[in-house]
Amino acid sequence: MNQKLFQAKVYVSLKKGLADPQGSTIKEALESLGYDNLTEVRFGKYIEVKLRAKGKKRAVQELEEMCGKLLANPVIEEYSYHIEEEEVG
Amino acid sequence: MRFGVVVFPGSNCDDDCYYVARDLLREEVDFIWHKETRVEGFDCLILPGGFSYGDYLRTGAIARFSPIMRAISSFARRGGLVVGICNGFQILLESNLLPGAMMKNKNLRFICKFVNIRVENNLTPFTNLCQIGQILKIPIAHIDGSYYANDEVMRSLKENNHVILRYCNEEGKLFQESNPNGSKDFVAGICNRQGNVLGLMPHPERASESILGSEDGRLIFESVIRAVKR
Repeated sequence: MNQKLFQAKVYVSLKKGLADPQGSTIKEALESLGYDNLTEVRFGKYIEVKLRAKGKKRAVQELEEMCGKLLANPVIEEYSYHIEEEEVG
Repeated sequence: MRFGVVVFPGSNCDDDCYYVARDLLREEVDFIWHKETRVEGFDCLILPGGFSYGDYLRTGAIARFSPIMRAISSFARRGGLVVGICNGFQILLESNLLPGAMMKNKNLRFICKFVNIRVENNLTPFTNLCQIGQILKIPIAHIDGSYYANDEVMRSLKENNHVILRYCNEEGKLFQESNPNGSKDFVAGICNRQGNVLGLMPHPERASESILGSEDGRLIFESVIRAVKR
């Protein structure tokens, strides 16, 4: 089969505007270390997914599906990703 | 009547629910392993508390795809009674059997203590033995229990009287100090549109015997029994 290998980096975070107590706590910790220039810290998750697909379009389609079904909860979270074809050596 | 207690990998309140149903309430009860694909002959299914799939990714997110969930969805669609307690509530939210989502507790702590909850609606199969405004003393034990839904969903829950239980103080008043986890509108328990699916964060099975400090939780189970036998 003529399949290519892709690597996706998926970022999941709370929707803008939702209170993010983890982000605020991290911000306070950073401020206690002397960083007095922070305007905001948001906490999120990072997921790596490697997949095989015929082409990038198909890989993106599948990744979108995965994000919608499982990786993010659309009620409270938003997601973004980078996807690249992996060089097979 | 017959209860079914669904067991996911990581459920840890399944035995307590089973014990309450069999030994305290003297009703029939069976465990249902999450790999099962049928739920027949049950009057009420309980999704117990615990840490299904180790809470990986999000609470309830993976359990939601267990084979049993398809059967539970159609059981619920046919009007079968479903109660999700704590992690069970989280699974029902992830499954879209109930609206909204759970977020980390506002103070980021795992909170394990008795709380007061107020019965807001007693015209449900889960609260028919309670009075409106009755205060139940039932413990919570969670870190992801801050209920969130958007304004539209909150409005609809309110208008339809689907917020069944709210966190309150000892006098039944709604003060932020008595909202342990920062839940929107003090939500401790909600039901679905049809009124046959209940999700609640407090653990009624941990408050069903006086030796445990409260028997108020029994009212939830006994209401179910009454609804089924009526």
